[in-house]
Amino acid sequence: MQRFALIAVPYVWLLALFLVPFIIVFKISLSDIALSIPPYTPTLEDGFGPFFAALDFENFAFLASDDLYWRAYASSLRIAAISTFLTLLVGYPIAYAMARAPEEWRPTLMMLVILPFWTSFLIRVYAWMGILSQEGFLNQFLLWTGIISDPLMILNTNTAVYIGIIYTYVPFMILPIFSALDRLDGSLIEAAEDLGCSRLQAFWLVTIPLSKNGIIAGSFLVFIPALGEFVIPSLLGGSGTLMIGKVLWEEFFNNRDWPVASAVAVILLLILIIPIILFQRNQQRQAEEEA
Amino acid sequence: MTQAVFAPWDDPSQKPIIRFNRVTKRFGEFTAIDDLTLDIFEQEFFALLGPSGCGKTTMMRMLAGFETPTDGTIELAGQDIAPVPPNKRAVNMMFQSYALFPHLSVYENIAFGLRRGDMPKHDIDDRVAEMLKLTRLEKFARRKPHQISGGQRQRVALARSLAKAPKLLLLDEPLGALDAKLRQATQFELMDIQEKTGTTFVIVTHDQEEAMTVASRVAVMDEGRVIQVATPERIYEAPNSVYVADFIGDVNIIEGTAKASGEGRFDVVWDADKEPFTAASELPLSDGQTCHLAIRPEKVTISAERPADAVNAVEGKVLDIAYLGNLSTYHVELPGGQIIKAQTANTRRVSRRGFTWEDPVWISWTATAAVLLEQ
Repeated sequence: MQRFALIAVPYVWLLALFLVPFIIVFKISLSDIALSIPPYTPTLEDGFGPFFAALDFENFAFLASDDLYWRAYASSLRIAAISTFLTLLVGYPIAYAMARAPEEWRPTLMMLVILPFWTSFLIRVYAWMGILSQEGFLNQFLLWTGIISDPLMILNTNTAVYIGIIYTYVPFMILPIFSALDRLDGSLIEAAEDLGCSRLQAFWLVTIPLSKNGIIAGSFLVFIPALGEFVIPSLLGGSGTLMIGKVLWEEFFNNRDWPVASAVAVILLLILIIPIILFQRNQQRQAEEEA
Repeated sequence: MTQAVFAPWDDPSQKPIIRFNRVTKRFGEFTAIDDLTLDIFEQEFFALLGPSGCGKTTMMRMLAGFETPTDGTIELAGQDIAPVPPNKRAVNMMFQSYALFPHLSVYENIAFGLRRGDMPKHDIDDRVAEMLKLTRLEKFARRKPHQISGGQRQRVALARSLAKAPKLLLLDEPLGALDAKLRQATQFELMDIQEKTGTTFVIVTHDQEEAMTVASRVAVMDEGRVIQVATPERIYEAPNSVYVADFIGDVNIIEGTAKASGEGRFDVVWDADKEPFTAASELPLSDGQTCHLAIRPEKVTISAERPADAVNAVEGKVLDIAYLGNLSTYHVELPGGQIIKAQTANTRRVSRRGFTWEDPVWISWTATAAVLLEQ
């Protein structure tokens, strides 16, 4: 009995905090918009029969018919994929340098990577507005050095979104790659060199394949939240930045169209299930390899 | 019929394949190798033997190219190798941890070095097949390193380092991770492979038995210096210092003062009240000089009565008996408190053993059994 209770805890947790909210969202996505509180119909007050009779896939059909949504999903996928790749390019050298750094430095370097999390995410994004705006620090610095003569338009473009995503998520890329590189036996690199590899070949043939699991884990940890990212595109992106998180927000709060917004969320979840399953399988395989 | 003895180090016309010329290596304040000069010849199986921290691994890493000497030169086949990076040296290394690539199969591990050159594909296949056969790994070619046993991994590491047919193969504690039985079998296997391939092997080990078994010559090292370089027999029978005598095998050391007693003979006064021991030695010792007698336990005879013809004999009592199965070691306490170990083969059953604890016994040895050492 006790054992059963223990096993039940995580299931109750998942049921209460994941499955029940999802069922509610899914139900709303099948409802119709209404001028009431809550702003949709039907509710259970209507009785069971009429309640189920009123549910339909109308909102999903609407999403499919309006190409705004398609483009928002596609654009989100593209932005998430590109920024994941850029985060990898930024994060890998940092992780590599950390793993190669003297032992006594590592806790400090690790601390520096995690330190930004101690400040509110929102404040950090606002700080980037201060850096990237036309009168911001970056433009002023570039004007001062004489590299440019007119301020650059960075804020309110996709570039600012990429910068924001890379900045925010790079620790999630660094940590798994660092842990993979940290475990890498230095004598493997020496063995590769001994067998005729140049430094670069040894890196490509040994270091990269052996940090593959870290790269995959880091990429998913960046890609999954970046896909539904809302704060960064809405604060740093411009009117041209089309991301599904932003569309979702507007449907909920500007249009007060909860059913369509819920349908958008359900589709986003379906899109995310694929990378999440792939991520889980990668983690599982890694755990098996270590065992 | 006389067989030619392999001893290029005694032939002045032979050129060494490796020459350490007054090599010094410092890491900051620490001197790992101290003004070391050493020649290693082609087809030798050369062992660097010493306690951990004696600099043997540093020497090997300098040969592989992972460290460069602070002073002096290392020549490989007459050429200074200091400017040659590790990937351009005709030297391969078998790592202590084996350093097998975990993401590659046994086959790919062995082929790794070959693929770095411009060897045609089918030649690579042939060479890998040959290496797999040599190390009896044919059945495991498709497996990953974590799917094979420790002994098999050891053989993969050996096959990989031999695949490129290096002029020189370095082995860093190659058998350290194997259990005693497998170790012994692998030692003979190593010797066999060394003979078959004709490659020069340099092995680093802290296990004296292993060095004695496999090597054609052994260099005993201590604190960055080579103390003695000689064949295993000479290292054991004619050590040049107390350090070497003590490091290799078991030994009794008796300190005393020398007094010439004839042509190549010395009396060693070890206790003013006792008759001195006699030892044969070529050393030019002056009278009254402090010296050490090193006597191997198996060269000490133990008996109930004083042997009539014994040159060196002394009475004592049995303090301890260590029974090793094939051998028994008696710890005999002399009246002065010194303990001498005497070893006898257990040719009879232990129940018929002649001596037991506290028995008074005589121990004796011949004049040539003991080695006289200056330091």
